[in-house]
Amino acid sequence: MKQTLTGLEIPAESEYLNCIRCGLCLSVCPTYREYLNETASPRGRVALARKGFEGQLELSPNLIEQMYSCLACMACSEICPVGIQPAELALALRNIQEQQQPARWKKTLFERLIPHPWRMEAATLPLRLYQKLGIRRLVYALRLTRLLPCQLRDLEAMLPRLPQRPLRPTLPVLSLARGEVKHRVGFFLGCAQSLLFAEESAAALRVLSRNGCEVITPRDVVCCGMPAHSYGRLDLVREQARHNVRLFKKAGVDEIITDCATCGSTLKKYGEYLKEDPEWAEQAEQFSQNVRDISEFLAEITLEKPKGSIHKRVTYHDPCHLRRAQQVWKQPRELLRMIDGLEFVELPESDWCCGSAGSQLITHYETSIQVLERKMDNLETTQAQVIASGCPGCQMQLNTGIQRRGLDVRVVHPITLLDEAYEASDE
Amino acid sequence: MNRSLINQLIDIAGKDHVLYSPEDLAVYSYDGTFAESLPEVIVLPATTEQVSQLVKLAATARLPIVPRGMGSGLAAGSVPFQGGMVISLTRMNRILEIDTENATVQAEAGVVTADLQAAVEKMGLFYPPDPSSIRHSTIGGNIACNAGGPRCLKYGVTGDYVLGLTVVLSDGRVLNTGGKPIKDVTGYDLKSLFTGSEGTLGLITGALLRLIAKPHYARTALAEFASLADASRTVNAILLNGILPAALELMDQTALVCIEEALHLGLNTDVEASLIIETDGADDATVLREIEVAAQICRETGAQSVKLARDESERASLWKARRSMSPSLARKAPNKLGEDITVPRSAIPEVIQRLRAISTRHGLPVVIFGHAGDGNLHPNILFDKRQPEQWQKAEQMVAEIFEAALAVGGTLSGEHGVGTLKRPFLKQALGAVSMDVQQQIKQALDPLNILNPGKIFSS
Repeated sequence: MKQTLTGLEIPAESEYLNCIRCGLCLSVCPTYREYLNETASPRGRVALARKGFEGQLELSPNLIEQMYSCLACMACSEICPVGIQPAELALALRNIQEQQQPARWKKTLFERLIPHPWRMEAATLPLRLYQKLGIRRLVYALRLTRLLPCQLRDLEAMLPRLPQRPLRPTLPVLSLARGEVKHRVGFFLGCAQSLLFAEESAAALRVLSRNGCEVITPRDVVCCGMPAHSYGRLDLVREQARHNVRLFKKAGVDEIITDCATCGSTLKKYGEYLKEDPEWAEQAEQFSQNVRDISEFLAEITLEKPKGSIHKRVTYHDPCHLRRAQQVWKQPRELLRMIDGLEFVELPESDWCCGSAGSQLITHYETSIQVLERKMDNLETTQAQVIASGCPGCQMQLNTGIQRRGLDVRVVHPITLLDEAYEASDE
Repeated sequence: MNRSLINQLIDIAGKDHVLYSPEDLAVYSYDGTFAESLPEVIVLPATTEQVSQLVKLAATARLPIVPRGMGSGLAAGSVPFQGGMVISLTRMNRILEIDTENATVQAEAGVVTADLQAAVEKMGLFYPPDPSSIRHSTIGGNIACNAGGPRCLKYGVTGDYVLGLTVVLSDGRVLNTGGKPIKDVTGYDLKSLFTGSEGTLGLITGALLRLIAKPHYARTALAEFASLADASRTVNAILLNGILPAALELMDQTALVCIEEALHLGLNTDVEASLIIETDGADDATVLREIEVAAQICRETGAQSVKLARDESERASLWKARRSMSPSLARKAPNKLGEDITVPRSAIPEVIQRLRAISTRHGLPVVIFGHAGDGNLHPNILFDKRQPEQWQKAEQMVAEIFEAALAVGGTLSGEHGVGTLKRPFLKQALGAVSMDVQQQIKQALDPLNILNPGKIFSS
């Protein structure tokens, strides 16, 4: 078994050797806390990975499945006093499996579809028509969703109110600053933002422009690579990384801003993904250093105080890809507190994963829903009217949870609220 | 494991709660130590009744049973060395009743200790035992090992809070012992017999625990010493002054270095030792006066700096450091052997000297930290088990550490238990008569020797 791993990219021994199995990670792992079962725990995943590398266990479908059941929320990596990163090991194992036996459907999805923006736009057309032609309203009016199996009903509920058109083809490459140009920045428009949350990114650009930013949004960006990474295709992530690094280098901007937590967390790791590539290592690292989440960037510059007010009780959910992957958690809260009238209330366990993890609602429905229920219990205690979160995956998952319970809570990007406060003052 | 037995287990606990794939067996083969051995099957029951049926089945099949909570034990007590069935009680995690009038809580064995504490604190009550594994260990496991923790200095150990137990016996009968009355001398004190029995006499599935009023004020200080000897002498100086801190914790230099690398709290790592001192109580003025007296004593006994935590977040980060101490040592070596000796308070300086001599003699690092206030120290040997000569040395050093503890009038384990790791030294610590009595108890309660066989005593 050991021989089959030679020639493959596998983690160094130091990534798992010193796990002393203290079990501290069990206390923060969403999948363990739902199943109360070691097999679904970070300590278990590290042990399985190590036994796999050392040839004591076969990398069986069941072993790999334990790696796919991980939400990659990184709570274990954060709490481990030894510095082991169980979530990274789970991703590494997915990558090893793809190196051994690449799955054909992943090639179709992650190689032929996702990295091609216009194909993605075409593929999601039916979803837009579903809303645009009023079918969705009809479905709701006739309460047809009741006829769907629960998983499909929950997936339907994930859909935000879709933009009529994706943002990418319509957004100008150059957005001018309102008033004096104080910053010249790049904007990385993520796939989910463009296809599903176009209004949010449009709002983000208005906020940047109002605060003196001239923004270049290269139209040819490809997917940041996170979906491919989640499914073990690190090779594709690297290809996409090279493309995006090259593109922004050409744009010649100081900083690269994104309003998607997931994209940001991936872009910030391009340096690491390409560190063994002599041609790209240095520029990829430079690129990663320049990436900022939008709330992180806004907290660094002088901001105009919004004159409008929002009289709502608002809470905030920390996306894993923002809080743990980027250590950005104070900034979005500070931005919300700038808005007059807004009553901010902390969400209990605000940094506990919502269960989205990209596609868990599709691939691991029951776990995803159970983890989500915990989030919804916490949300209900806040009695908030609005929950803000700067991640499209989290937003869709929260939408599902809110619809399941029939709550009246609006899910929104924090920057959208800031934009609304600015716009209100103009009226 | 044969299919028909598996099917019977499934009939009892349900298909999703009987695990036997190679991956499942692998992740239930260890606890918080380096020891490892595969079980044949893992069952996660949901009720005492299910546990009872499982035990009856195991008795008929002569299948060894290893009870388990979150598997954070440090004596290999829940490692299934003889295969058999692991019964994991983690799904039995309901808090059944919090009785504010009598200050008790009734909980199932699988409740996480920190969750229980949080639940009772919401009602203004307090469950003091606080093992460092508080977030990743269960009430059942804490009772089975009679867990300790920093606060035991003032408040006592887990066993001091057990009022009653529900225990499944080796023939499957369910024993309910104890109750809400605080005083009870009606017959033998069976709850104390099962407390600390490490799953060898019965499976604890539920507990009635005593609570106290929550002390509303706490003050915490960090005292840094250029000399480890000075720090160890300070412990007694504080206690002899009539102050009983809630906790009095010692950490040596290597411990400080590891924790600083892990958590970046800005701890001074140039000193040989630090003490964490906490006073608590119902009256802020008294609590403050006591911590100030303790701080003054530290200065007189050679502390080069004493800092009081200014707010709750500073206090929380000191305790986070202390609680992450043991695992953080693994930054230095792939394996660690954490011991748990307890000595009379007056002997702390001497035993620390002996521990350092053992380390020097064998050339492997021994990190020292622990609950100095009650003489409970955790010397941790750092080594690489893959190097046979290091493993041999570590084993030899363990023997010498125990000898050192016994020589100054101490004992093998304060709070981790015997498991298998301390088993070879048990007779030396207990004496022949005590060994004999204890084995007779085991024989009487588990004649088939199916309950955690090989733990505490060899089978």
